[in-house]
Order: sequence, then C-alpha cells, then structure tokens
Amino acid sequence: MSADDATTLDPDDARRLYEQMVLIRRFEERCVELYGQGHIRGFMHLYDGQEAIAVGMCEALIPEDGIVATYREHGQALAKGVPPGEIMAELYGKQEGSSGGRGGSMHIFDTNRFFYGGNAIVAGGLPVAVGLALADKMLGRHRVTVCFFGEGAVAEGEFHESLNLASLWRLPVVFVCENNLYAMGSALHHDEAGTDVAARAKGYAMAAQQVDGMDLMAVLQAGRRAVNMARQGAPVLLEMRTYRFRAHSMFDAQSYRDKAEVERFKQRDPIPGFFRFAQGLGVLDDSDLDVIEGRVRRVVDDAVAFAAAGHFESVQTLLRGVVAERPAHLSTTGNGGVA
Amino acid sequence: MSTMTYREACKQAIRQCLLEEPRAFMMGEDIGDYGGCYGVTKGLLAEFGPGRIRDAPLAESGFVGAGVGAAMGGMRPIVEIMTCNFALLALDQLINNAATLRHMSGGKVGVPLVVRMATGGGRQLAAQHSHSFEGWFAHVPGLRILVPATVTDARHMLRTALREADPVLLFEHVFLYTMEGELDDTVKAVDIDKAAIRRPGKDLSILTSGNTVWKSLEAATALASDGIDVEVVDLRVLRPLDDETIMASVKKTHRVLVVDEGWRSGGISAELFARVCEQAFDELDAAPMRVCTAEVPIPYPKHLEDAALPQPATIAAAARQVLGRSGRMPRA
Amino acid sequence: MPELTFIMPSLGADMERGRVGAWRVKAGDRIRRGQVIVDVDTDKGLIDVECFHDAVVQEILVAEGHEVPVGAPIARLQVEGATAATTTATKAAATPTAPFIPPPTPTPVRALSPLPTSALMSADDTARPLASPLAKRRARELGVDLAHVRPGPEGRITAEDVEAAAAWAARATAQTAAQTAAVPTTAVTVTAPPTPAGEAPPKDPKEAMRRAIAASMSRSKRDIPHYYLWQDVDVTDTLAWLKAENARRSLSERLLFAAVLAHAVAQTASAFPECNGTHEGGAHRPSDVVHLGFATSQRGGGLIAPAILNADGKDVGAMMMAINDLVARVRSGGLRGSEMTLGTITLSSLGDTGVDGTLPVIQPPQVAIVGVGRVVDRAIVRAGAIVVRSMVTVSVAADHRVSDGARGARFLIALDKALSTPPASASSSLAADAPPPAEARP
Repeated sequence: MSADDATTLDPDDARRLYEQMVLIRRFEERCVELYGQGHIRGFMHLYDGQEAIAVGMCEALIPEDGIVATYREHGQALAKGVPPGEIMAELYGKQEGSSGGRGGSMHIFDTNRFFYGGNAIVAGGLPVAVGLALADKMLGRHRVTVCFFGEGAVAEGEFHESLNLASLWRLPVVFVCENNLYAMGSALHHDEAGTDVAARAKGYAMAAQQVDGMDLMAVLQAGRRAVNMARQGAPVLLEMRTYRFRAHSMFDAQSYRDKAEVERFKQRDPIPGFFRFAQGLGVLDDSDLDVIEGRVRRVVDDAVAFAAAGHFESVQTLLRGVVAERPAHLSTTGNGGVA
Repeated sequence: MSTMTYREACKQAIRQCLLEEPRAFMMGEDIGDYGGCYGVTKGLLAEFGPGRIRDAPLAESGFVGAGVGAAMGGMRPIVEIMTCNFALLALDQLINNAATLRHMSGGKVGVPLVVRMATGGGRQLAAQHSHSFEGWFAHVPGLRILVPATVTDARHMLRTALREADPVLLFEHVFLYTMEGELDDTVKAVDIDKAAIRRPGKDLSILTSGNTVWKSLEAATALASDGIDVEVVDLRVLRPLDDETIMASVKKTHRVLVVDEGWRSGGISAELFARVCEQAFDELDAAPMRVCTAEVPIPYPKHLEDAALPQPATIAAAARQVLGRSGRMPRA
Repeated sequence: MPELTFIMPSLGADMERGRVGAWRVKAGDRIRRGQVIVDVDTDKGLIDVECFHDAVVQEILVAEGHEVPVGAPIARLQVEGATAATTTATKAAATPTAPFIPPPTPTPVRALSPLPTSALMSADDTARPLASPLAKRRARELGVDLAHVRPGPEGRITAEDVEAAAAWAARATAQTAAQTAAVPTTAVTVTAPPTPAGEAPPKDPKEAMRRAIAASMSRSKRDIPHYYLWQDVDVTDTLAWLKAENARRSLSERLLFAAVLAHAVAQTASAFPECNGTHEGGAHRPSDVVHLGFATSQRGGGLIAPAILNADGKDVGAMMMAINDLVARVRSGGLRGSEMTLGTITLSSLGDTGVDGTLPVIQPPQVAIVGVGRVVDRAIVRAGAIVVRSMVTVSVAADHRVSDGARGARFLIALDKALSTPPASASSSLAADAPPPAEARP
C-alpha cells in the first residue's frame, strides 16, 4: 500500500490486510477449542477485538524493524510473519515451537523476524525495547522497535522510566499502548488518576496520538507517521483505544464488566468494520469472504497438524538453554590464584 | 609487579574493555561528570565521550532493562548500578528478563550483559545502604555471579565477563576500592570459573568471598601463631560454584568454616554447607560452622555495625571452635 | 452429520472440575458457532461456555447443579456441515484426552498402625557411638570398632581418635605377643589404652608400629641370650624340583621359594622342641605344633611377623596358599589376633633384598628364629671337583636359656637336609582346604 491516506486502498492490500485479521481471529478461536481439549495449557491471552492494531502497526514496518510484545502476543507474532505452525507448536509445548516449546503462549520469540518476544511481566518489555533501540542507534542501524503493552502497564514505574529514557536519548521506539480499558479485571479509571494515556507523553517531551484501535485504516495511518518519526530519532507514544471481546486470560467470569458493554463493542468489531469500509471503496466484496475464510482455515488446520505432529522434548535435555554453551576460548584454566 | 588500588584496577578494566571492544559501552548513574559514586569512572567520560560513558537517570529498572535490550541488539553493555541496594529496583529486569530470556526463547535470544555494583557494609551507612546481595543473586539460574576480592581480579574479571554470552553480575565490596594491592603485570587474563586458594593450610578450610577473604586471612595469621594452619578459599564465583576446588580443600583439611557477609538464613553459606554434605560428607571430621552477618538490618552506630558483621576475631574464634569440635587442637 | 460429544472444558490451568450452572440450550435446539450454550460454575465464578460448531443439540448429559471432572461429556451434539477441521476437533472431543479426568483419589490412610517400639529404636541406636563422618570412614578402613574408641572432649569420635586407637592397637598387639602365647583366637579388638601420663598416643600409625618394634626388639636383645649358627645350603636340586613343579602348575598356583623355605623350617622345627615354643616367666614351653612366624616387611616401612598356624601340617602347596593369604591380609589389615600372638618360631628371609645372609633377632617370647639370605650360584668343591651349585646361607639364632649350640647345630643340619632335598609332594589349591594329613602332626 503506497498512499498515506484512508481513502485509497489497493484491492490486493485490502484482501491481504483483511486476511491477516481473519487469520488472527480464527487461529485464536481454534486455540480456545484446543485449550478446552487440553492440548494447550498454562495462561493464554487472546486478542479478539484488537486485531487491527497488530495488523496495522506491522503493515507500517519494514521487515528489519523489531517488536517487543506482551503475553497477549499471538496477533503481533502472526502479523510479523512468525509461521503459524511454529506458534501453534509453541502453544502445544512442542520442540518445533517458535521457542522450542520452552516458552508457551506468553513467550513467542523469532529473531529471524525480529520478534523479541512475549514478555509476561506487565511493563517488563518497555526497558528492553529501549535497549534494542539504543543498540540500533549506537550501531547506526535505521531500525525502529515497536513496543506493545496494555494500559495496565502505564501504572508501572518501568513505563515512566522507559519513556523518559527513550525521549532523553532520542531512541527509535514506538510505544503502542493497547488500551482495552481493563487491566485484567481493573478498569482504567479504577487504577489511574488520569485516564488519558496519550497525555502522559507530554511529561517526557514526546509526541503522542490517541487512535481508534478498532479502525485498521486509522491504526495504519497513525502507525506510519509514528514509525517515520521514530526512525528519525523521535520516539512516539500511540494510545490505541480498543476492546478485548474475550476474557483476560482464557476464561473469566467477567464480573468486572457489563455484558451489554461487550456486546456494544462487538458492534465495532474491526474485522467486519474494515470489510464494510473496503466494500464501500469497491476493493472487497462478499465473494472474497469465502475464499479468504477457506484459505485461513487451511492455514490454521495446517498449523494444528504441524503442532500435533511435533515432538515433546526429552526430559534428558531439561537443563539445556539456561546459559550458552561456553566457547573453547572461555574455558581457561583456573588462574584466579594469582593474588 | 606494580601497586594499584582496587578502584584503579576497576577503572583500568573498564578502559581496556572499551578500548578493545567497540560494541562495549557503559551506562549508569553519575558515571560521567561525577566520575562514579566510588570514583571508578573518573576521567572516562573525557576519554570515551558521552555516547560510551552514558549517564543514566535514576531509573534502575529502566537502564538495566535498556542494558538487556542493548545486549539483545548486539551491544556489549557494562551497566553500573551504584550499589546492590538499588539493584532491588531492577530485579524485574535482572531476574525476569536477563536471566530467563535465553531459556524462554528456546535459545534464540542471548543477553551478554555485564552489571557491576558495589556491595557490603562497614561504613556506617545504616540498613538501606549496607546490603550484601551477591549470595542472593546466586540463587538464580542464568546469571553468573562474580565477587572480585583482589586487585588482580578487579583488574581482569570484567574483561572475561564481557566475553560471556550470558549475563554476569560483579559485586565489588565498598571497603575494597581504597585497598592497594600488588598487580602481577604478567597476568593478562583471569578465569571466571574457579575458586582460588589464597592461603594454603591443612587444619581448616575457610570458604569465603569478597571483603571477608581479607578478614579471614587476618584471622588465619592470628591462628597461625597458635599453630593452627588455616586454608582460605576465595570462592570468586558464587554461581556456578567451583565444587571441585571447594571439595578438594575439604578433603585436605576435613574441617569447614564458611564466612559470608550475607545473612545466615537461606544464604550462600547454607548452600555451601549443603554441597559439602552432599559431596564430601565422609570427609568431615567436625561439624562445620558459619560466620555470617547477624540477622538484623545493619545498624548505624559503629560498635553495633562491627558486631553485626563478620570480623577477624569472630572468624578466629569460630575456627577454634570447629577445631575444638574435632576433639583437640592440632599439635604443631 | 457427525456426532460431537461436548465435554466439560478446561477453563484454566488450575481447573479440575466444573459444575453445570445453567443450560442455555435444550435438546433439539439449533446452535450457531460461537454461541454460549452453558454456564459453568468454577472457582472463578460463572463462565460462559461457547460451542465452536454449528450444531443441533441431541441430548443434555449433565443436569444443572451437577459437578463433573474436566473432560467428562456433558452434551451430545449433531454437527452440521462439518469440515475437515471440525471433524478433527470432533474426534478429539469425542475422546477426551486422558489428563483431564483426574485419577480417583485414593482414600487416605487415616490411622497408621503403630510400629513396634523396637523397630523405631533399637538398643543398638542408644549404644551407637557419636563419630564424625571421617572418623567412621577411617574406622572402616583401619578395621577399628568404634564402640571401643574413646571419644574426644566433646564426646564425638574424630578421625584422629580412630587413628590413635589403631596405633595403640598395633602397639598393644606387639606387647601382647611378647607377653603370652595363650591368647584365645578372636578378632582383633582395638581398645583405647589408658592415657599414659605425660605421653600422648602417637598420631601416625607408622610411628606407632616403629615404637612397637623398638619395644619388642629391645626386650629381645635385653632378655634373650642369643647364639648364632649358619650354614651354606645347596638348593640346586630343590630349585630344579621347584622349576619342574611350577611348569605343570597354572600361573596363579605357582610356588615361590619362600614356600619351600617355610615348609622346610616348619617340618624341621616340629622335631626340635628346644627351638619351637616360647620362654616366659623363667620357663620354656615347648610347642607340639609349629605356628611359623613369617616376617613380612610393610609397605612404607615397618615389620610384622604374623604366624602361619599349624604350619607343620602343610605341604609346600598349602604353605604357598597360606603365605599368599597372610600377605594379602597384612596389606588389607585383616589379621587375626591369634596370628599375632601364637607364633612358636619365625622365619626371616631377606633373600629378596640381595644380602648373603642375616643374623636375625628372636621375636619374644619365641626361642628361635631362622634367617635366610639370597640364593646365589657359587663354585664349590664337591667330590674333589669344582662345581657350580645354587647356594643359600641359612642361619639360626636361638635362645641360650633353652638350648645350646650343639642342639642348635643339629637343628640347622636337619634344616639343611630338609631344604636341599626336594619335597615329596605339593598339593594344589583343590587339596589345600583339606585337613592336614595326620602323619604330619607330631
């Protein structure tokens, strides 16, 4: 897609972007089913409703740009091009998984695609993103690091420390706050004295923008602008206003929110929303839907088959990968006795 | 041989790293114009510039995490945390990220990060500025914990650490910075794997590290005049522990005294006891003993602080007790 | 249209069971993919559970309010327009994976039948000496019974205590041997001696042994008036026999010249009571059997001469085995007290060292000792001609209180004859354990 405005859309781009969102949605629906059957265990956080953010932001990146994500990262991983089979195998805990099965749903890593992981400590990824950007700056690489986090992270000290550092050192980071209104079970206004996340950037002399995170075109437009700024050395905070349709992690009783509220937001589901928009432009029509759904189903089926056919690592290698194998030059003989 | 302070040795170590390794840079609080809380980095800003001697705001989690990210991104950061007391503010980054990322990513991501920090008490800085956390960090798989006690180790350990593919934490005892020591100019590198015998002996093994190496040596000298021949083992590396050297010493002396500036309960001293029992039980000829810091936040007044910390006299007394437990004092 | 068994889903990592709260559908209802069909009550509260297929409800299997384990079927559905994917899921769902049905919890054993007190605390436990781990190890190595070791000041036996006890045992053994031959045959019991005033027990076992030898030999030279005789013995024929005998034996059964020597001494001594027995308390006690002390130098210094009991009843083959057994036990520390105390005469062979001969010192309270030098080819005159023969110098030191030189000379001449004449026969290992032939006993 070449244009920087929301009124033109190439039909191929429209189909591709739509398909990415559908892939995330269907992939995760299958995850829920597989979780219920016990193939997937542990915590699993789903992205339903937020797909436009991952797809729009990744569309604004070049392949070498990096991503630091959270534990709710299946969507970003898929959008960044991590193979669906490797993600699913990771969820199964198989050694064919993107992290060799050691990480699970919350810790997908793919350095080939500059995907620096799901970080499962709220705000824990922000300083890491700052450091990645610092390395890029010091090494003269014109890369941008996009750091995703939820609005819950805004309450953490690491949010403050990281935005300050990035701005102070003029680092190429785009901080993407996916404000889905609930930090697990706590509404934003319940935890934060000021609920305008974007306004925080002012304190760090940083550019910021509030974006409708359920509108793919809005995300794409804001994302492109932010990424361009960051690439010039000016970090940006984007507050994506969005909503998750499902529970915080797999299932919860959702006692913290009204079911009517969920239904209301579902009317703004980004996937049909984008379809209607593209249909209006005449670049997508009903006939595309079945084709795309069929293609996505095959991708998801293949991913599940790949994961199911994978292998559990032998317990014999339990201790592997805690530290690197030490290269020979480091295996010096003890000469610490020199006093 | 030349004489050098421990502080100067630390500085020369950093200089050498920055000169040899273009990807190396330093990051920490007041390491630039101020010259470092303990003066270790004085003059380095002028020599290497603000890009490589990077003053960081008071944001331990932020800049330690930035060190993690920079290491992931191909740099070789040397992060200075002013003291281990403030490292608590960076625990999330040190333990949840630095120590876990390699494993959690199935080996895809490594964190070749070096973090230096001051440790220890004895300067009447009271409870919040006198912690010794090296043994505590040694609990965590994925980290390598170094405790340079000598000028030679201060001079050379950093460089070896910087070549590691995984995070290394160095703990420099605040008392040692002003210590002068002989530096063997022929030594160009040290390992970060082995413990070192600082004083060979046959009657008792003192297992210790950092500043208490010197206190133990002082105690050993006092004991020698009574015909007690103490071996002082400088552990140097608290993770992974050098079981081989430790057990060889125990097999020689059959008696163990652990001296640790950390607290007793759940400390590295307990870990050392456990390993000796697991690996050399039949070599023990007396119940081992510990001299640790009293189980109290470090008090401000000097007499109370002195009483809380291991001292040469308490070490010597404990050594006599271990030997007494073995039936009789050894004959010269 | 495939049938699908709708199972109680796992709604979290920690969920093992779920209670059906309320059914949102009933049998016959048509349901849409994504539709919530049942509320499940869990620890976290009431959770909506959706169906992932377009289907028709066939049967509700679990009524509201009932709790079932995760994985248990709760409804049967008829799936519409099943694709490959949903069919897979159907199969998976129809056969719930094993982990979700928790294994039945075994009824905990409420009361353990009390163990007999004796099983919990035996008399041995109370008598168990307190000893350091190293002390226990050294005690095993030195064959020391900890029950007889005196502990240090804190009541715990240390390695040093064990080593001291072992050293004293060696000394005590030597002293006992010097005092009496009438000690019953029992295992060596190491008993810590009373602390001698002003003298610490030796720390080093070797030092202890040195002291014991010194005490014994000093006593010998002080109390026993020795006389010495020696003779060059022609062993050419005996060595030829030995060579022939060994040629037909397996490697492990080969005989050494030492066995021939010991056999000859034992046979000869049995016929000379003046040279076989003890002298104690002013009286000579001749022995009617020969317990042949076999002097053995220790690795790293020291000397010990345990006895080959009933040596006169052994032929050369049995003697060889007895020597092998004794030497092995000297090195491993498994000597019996009787072997240390019952000797009646001693053989000291220094031939291996290369000396021509020796004038040995009697082991008190014995009355004679035989010394042997190396075997060497010498030119001698035999029947007016110079011939080369294999010769060995054999000496006897005997107690003048008991015998005179003339009697000793007869003993030596008899020994010469026994040694220069090949033995009649030699048993192999198979016969070695058999009782000694009656005629060998005097």
